[in-house]
Amino acid sequence: MSATLLAVQTLNGLQLGILLFLIAAGLTLVFGVMDCINLAHGVQYMLGAYLAVAAYALTGSFWGALVLALIGALGLGLLLELLVFRHLYDRDHLDQVLATFGVIMFLNEGVKVVWGAAPLSLPMPDLLSGSIVLMDGLLYPVYRIALIGAGLGVALLLYVLVSRTRAGMLVRAGATNPAMVGALGVNIRRLFMLVFGFGTMLAGFAGILAAPILVVEPGMGDNLLILAFVVIVIGGIGSIRGAFLAALIVGLVDTLGRGFATDIAKMVLSPSAANDVGPAIASMLIYVLMAGVLFFRPTGLFPARSG
Amino acid sequence: MTGSTSSHRPSRTDLAAVVVFAAFALLPAAAAAMGDTFIVFFTIRVMVFAIAAVSLSLILGQGAMVSFGHAAYLGLGAYAVGILAEHGIWDVTVSLPVVLLTCGLFAAITGAISLKTRGVYFIMITLAFGQMAYYTATSLSAYGGDDGLTMWGRTEVFGFAPLGDRTTFYYVVLACLLGVYLLARMIVASRFGRVLKGAKQSEMRLRAVGIDPYPYRLAAYVIAGMMAGLAGALLANAAEFVSPAYMSWHRSGELIVMVVLGGLGSLLGAIVGAASFLVLEELLSHITEHWRLLFGPFLILVVLFGRGGITGLLGKGGRND
Repeated sequence: MSATLLAVQTLNGLQLGILLFLIAAGLTLVFGVMDCINLAHGVQYMLGAYLAVAAYALTGSFWGALVLALIGALGLGLLLELLVFRHLYDRDHLDQVLATFGVIMFLNEGVKVVWGAAPLSLPMPDLLSGSIVLMDGLLYPVYRIALIGAGLGVALLLYVLVSRTRAGMLVRAGATNPAMVGALGVNIRRLFMLVFGFGTMLAGFAGILAAPILVVEPGMGDNLLILAFVVIVIGGIGSIRGAFLAALIVGLVDTLGRGFATDIAKMVLSPSAANDVGPAIASMLIYVLMAGVLFFRPTGLFPARSG
Repeated sequence: MTGSTSSHRPSRTDLAAVVVFAAFALLPAAAAAMGDTFIVFFTIRVMVFAIAAVSLSLILGQGAMVSFGHAAYLGLGAYAVGILAEHGIWDVTVSLPVVLLTCGLFAAITGAISLKTRGVYFIMITLAFGQMAYYTATSLSAYGGDDGLTMWGRTEVFGFAPLGDRTTFYYVVLACLLGVYLLARMIVASRFGRVLKGAKQSEMRLRAVGIDPYPYRLAAYVIAGMMAGLAGALLANAAEFVSPAYMSWHRSGELIVMVVLGGLGSLLGAIVGAASFLVLEELLSHITEHWRLLFGPFLILVVLFGRGGITGLLGKGGRND
């Protein structure tokens, strides 16, 4: 367990945390403002990645793919809002779960039909494809550092948007008491559509960023969706700040846990038992963390909605 | 909501239940007459999932607890049987208590935490615990990990292996389904069941008469977990194979779909819903391997336009609550 390895794993954990934040931010906004649970948020992340692959084939450039895929993700998000989600806002959570489950089934399968079940990949942009020496004996890919930077930039942008602009004020007000915001004459439908579209674009952005370092395949959003749920449950539903902190915590705990659980288990167990137990413990860590947080704070670290 | 199961006169629900179970009981004979063995295998699967759906209906329909991790119990039950078999323990007198204890314990621990929360938190937490079980299973490299675990036989009774015979196995599963269904009906009709329903309608009123719903919910959650564990044990026996896929969150979603298709709040509906889901899956997958492409939109349409599920459509002509 050397210092270099620890540093690499910490950076990897940060990077997972950033991706989780981008997904969880949209999820927590949609839930906070519309009181709508959107299971299909993970497939929107997947669609971002697939759109980027398709747009890359079209333009031959990562940056072109980025722009086109972002627009595509936004467009698809708005279309979904119009067709499905708009009719779900005033339904109960069970209906929302079922309908969005239907959306997942359709889109996961649809992606298989259009692009095939085999994993695809998106080439890295040349500009970011090298590695740099961060410290003695630690070579880290530039792209991953750029990913962390881009995520932090988006987090900052979101913070400014939510806390300093009029639209952000409405979003915050909507998260606290949507009925009152509507009663005060705000076009609540348009606000909802805006928030939803923005949320799906963020998820799509995460998908595009992840495409060059992870494989692009059907169902790739499912695992991250569950992690994003853990994040917003820990952070407090509706809270961007909570989502940011919780995403970094979950990203770090999960990555470091997977990296070191077996080594730590070896200190108390025989090597072969540790090899069996380590991975199992590592995969349970974040859920135990979530259970622990909820036990002491049933509405998460930063609950947005009071009462 | 339908809820007239307490009268002594045979109700429409009783009649429908007799019809459904009679159909299950007569099916092997009919299949033998037609020379079709596939349908017997298929119906075993239907009945196993019907048990899981009834157990979910008990907490989802009666208590409005939207558990999105119910497939975990299916998997836990299956793994309990599979892992015991891996160590050479096949007898039902050991495996059944182990299955029920494991699932009951897991339900008690996760339920105690999950039930502290409400609404959407509950959905996400049960989902997360379900995934925890799933990932734990995939990392059990000693028991097959991702690939699952093949069982070289079926559960035995005092050294005999009666489940090897297809028809016997069929009727054992049917008996389990009947037992679970009757038990669930008794629970619904009891004071315990009325507290659950009362907590669903208004927790405040229930507290006002001096009842704390938490222990009741937890008890129901544990009972439902054990019932689903039984279904898992049967599933492992039916397939002679145990896989982490049994507890994937898609499976949990499908269980919810079964309960809702059959009509929330109706235990018999859960059985009908499980059958309809699996039949629909089978039929659609004959049309195209991408049957989910058709089923997804169908599900969305059912949610948006067809409230009350299949039994609702049949029984009440589309009541709107």
